[in-house]
Amino acid sequence: MKSLPALLPLILLLGSCDDMSHQPRYDSYEKSPLFADGKALQVPPEKTVARGDPARERELAERPEMSMALMERGRERFGIYCTPCHDEAGTGRGRVPARGFPAPPSFHIERLRDAPSRYFVDVITRGHGVMYSYADRVEPRDRWAIAAYVRALQLSQDAPASALSEDERRKLEGSGS
Amino acid sequence: MAQIFTASADMRLRAILLGILILLVCLATFVGGYAESSYGTLVGWVQDQPVPFSHEHHVAGLGIDCRYCHTSVETSAKAGLPATHICMSCHSQIWTGAAMLAPVRQSLAESKPLEWNRVARLPDYVYFDHSIHVTKGVPCVSCHGRVDQMPLMSRAKPFQMKFCLDCHRDPAPNLRPPDEMTRMDWTDWDRDPGAHKEYGALMAKTYGIEPAKLTQCNICHR
Repeated sequence: MKSLPALLPLILLLGSCDDMSHQPRYDSYEKSPLFADGKALQVPPEKTVARGDPARERELAERPEMSMALMERGRERFGIYCTPCHDEAGTGRGRVPARGFPAPPSFHIERLRDAPSRYFVDVITRGHGVMYSYADRVEPRDRWAIAAYVRALQLSQDAPASALSEDERRKLEGSGS
Repeated sequence: MAQIFTASADMRLRAILLGILILLVCLATFVGGYAESSYGTLVGWVQDQPVPFSHEHHVAGLGIDCRYCHTSVETSAKAGLPATHICMSCHSQIWTGAAMLAPVRQSLAESKPLEWNRVARLPDYVYFDHSIHVTKGVPCVSCHGRVDQMPLMSRAKPFQMKFCLDCHRDPAPNLRPPDEMTRMDWTDWDRDPGAHKEYGALMAKTYGIEPAKLTQCNICHR
């Protein structure tokens, strides 16, 4: 037992093997023997409210004002989260349905043209049919942005020719023939 | 009086000194060689995973954006390992019986996370934040390589300090427009390096990026 202190430097040497690369702290996604489920990242206890939650709920309840920035954001988020199934034009012929996922309806049908923007926000929030909820991936404000972009997509396939400018109508007539 | 040193003592001393020198050089070469080798940096080494997830198939084959799964990359330090729920967004309907995906289904049923092995890991003494890099124009591909060409995931760059510093010393040429952040094969600017340089300089100014500050120790070691 007397020789134990002499071993201390050896232990210190062993410590340096790790190079401080693994420090005694928890990083996200690491294992933890401290908790029953073995995860360092714990699910918040029931009936707790995260700091940003009230603000998030307020954003979900109220439609933000339409702006070009909102539309651009919607286009980007739609590209990330929606196009795998709904495709870029919103016709529901994305690459995932092409591999066997049940095809979603096109956005360019009567029922969805008449649906309010809130309907799209609700579907993103809660899911619909085989579509999972995207509440964990798309923030409330972004859900409204996507809804706004869906409206733009719908208009792109359903605009009366009379609403076009003189110049664009000429282009349209030129390409149609 | 007898001689203390034999006639050959001088020679032996020199031989020992030379031996020590050779040993030191060998040791330094070995340590340096190890640190630079892919064995040390783990570049190109595929990690064992519970499911042989193919980024090539999902990114190049299906065109799914990085952020579909790595949801927190723009808003937090961590890019985010996808929850099983995200895998099942599609795999609740396709490849539902695939043996390869059995661990994913089991993970969902038991609500136990899949135990992925880290591929791109930084040591604990390095502070790194994904969001600041991604929102200021450093694309995914710069550090993670052509993920769309990796059927099995491996580290693409040696995450040594000089790798970080190369960019921190001169960030401008590495900045991309926000739209092209997750694009893997974006080469538009290879054709026109002039435009890239101008854009980089402009964005560095706009974002307030100061290379003098970026190379301070406490930027990454805090």
